[in-house]
Amino acid sequence: MKRIAKIVGTDILRNRIVVVYTLILACLSWSVFALEDNSSKGLLTLLNIILLTVPLVSVIFSTIYIYNSQEFIELLLSQPVQRKTIWRSLFYGLSLSLSISFFIGAGLPILIFSPADIAWMMVLMGCAISIIFAALAMLSSIFTRDKARGIGIAIVLWLMFSLLFDGLLMFLSFQFAEYPIEKPMVAIVALNPIDLARILILLHLDVSAMMGQTGAIFKNFFGTHVGIATTFSILGLWVIVPYKISLKRFEQKDL
Amino acid sequence: MIEIENINKSFGKLKVLDNVNLSCKKGECIALIGPNACGKTTLIKSILGMVVPDSGVIKFNGHSIHKSFEYRASIGYMPQIGRYPDNMSIRGIVEMVKLIRNHKGDLDEELFEKFKLKELGNKFMRTLSGGTTQKVSATLAFLFNPEVLILDEPTAGLDPLASEILKEKVIREKEKGKLVLITSHLLSELDELITQIIFMQDGKVVFHKNTGELQVESGEEKISKAIAHILRQQQT
Repeated sequence: MKRIAKIVGTDILRNRIVVVYTLILACLSWSVFALEDNSSKGLLTLLNIILLTVPLVSVIFSTIYIYNSQEFIELLLSQPVQRKTIWRSLFYGLSLSLSISFFIGAGLPILIFSPADIAWMMVLMGCAISIIFAALAMLSSIFTRDKARGIGIAIVLWLMFSLLFDGLLMFLSFQFAEYPIEKPMVAIVALNPIDLARILILLHLDVSAMMGQTGAIFKNFFGTHVGIATTFSILGLWVIVPYKISLKRFEQKDL
Repeated sequence: MIEIENINKSFGKLKVLDNVNLSCKKGECIALIGPNACGKTTLIKSILGMVVPDSGVIKFNGHSIHKSFEYRASIGYMPQIGRYPDNMSIRGIVEMVKLIRNHKGDLDEELFEKFKLKELGNKFMRTLSGGTTQKVSATLAFLFNPEVLILDEPTAGLDPLASEILKEKVIREKEKGKLVLITSHLLSELDELITQIIFMQDGKVVFHKNTGELQVESGEEKISKAIAHILRQQQT
């Protein structure tokens, strides 16, 4: 298991796309902090950039990587290796290398320029988002043999979580503005890992004061230890559930 | 050694394996033959666990292979079309498989040397011709001294010299008491190798006989002719 994960991991880290991804993240982070003298403002800018690019790169790169590993998977399957081991190694390899490149590219500058607690929160969320979208990529690539369709599903997933979901949320909040929807809103937000990460970080920044009544209710929930623990468990579920479903399908798949 | 009991497999509406029952013993060299799309490769892939049958049991040395993987350590498999990661060299592939297998006993590198793969070691898999890829597949199949060899169209794409090397190797391994399972369309190629024949058609096993039996029944010397004779008989 370790051996295969290591092979996958080193293969990905040598991949040109991952190297470029790391460099771009590094450029963005260093320049954002160089432009803004207020580290809090810099973090806010960077947060928006990261929450847009990290899921996109993670989900699409992982999907393409799994499709391109088809031959590798076939080769391993004729060897005395468990199916579970192959799939798990791919997942570990992808999540680990995507997290490492996020840490090197964005994590280091964040840790250097920002106060420790919020910086670590940001790094943690970046890694969590990378892993969640790697898991979603495994799910989208197991559902269809066709590479183009698989990548299509991956892009739709990203669009949904990055843009459409927020649009839907806005629509709901305007439609039901008359009603006390703040509490259900907290529950709905759990359906989107990107929003969860965003809220958790925003509440750790001082800007949460500007978020009005919804912000206050969010703070009541997400600001507490129970809230943070719940959020982390939900993020954990966002990794485990898609991964487990894809594993189940992979164990039954004909190659 | 390998027992196959009531295996069924469908891909969508197409029934690929229809209640297949087979028993393969040590020391035999079995030819699995039949027209295109009769289920040969699916049967082989089911034995390897790459295809999961809808129903039925496959036993390896008395144990069901369902959800098991250790048994594959005793199988050397040469696929019909070997597909390998593009960005790895021949040496890289061989080293990786060695690493994954973590094989303790002796390695059989005879084919690696005879096919002169050492000189090509640094070539990437995507640059190789079909024949050279087949040579890599063959080398990997024999490398770990497996008890069972499963060769899917082994000589397709190989030049006459290489296919002769491979044939001699198969004969030597058979004499060591290994089970060899070969699929091929070229019946004439198999004459000197095989001891048993399994004939499949439309996902069913039509017959499973010793070559001697077959020759007596049909009155033909050559196996290829004997099979042709029997097929003609069946059609009429």
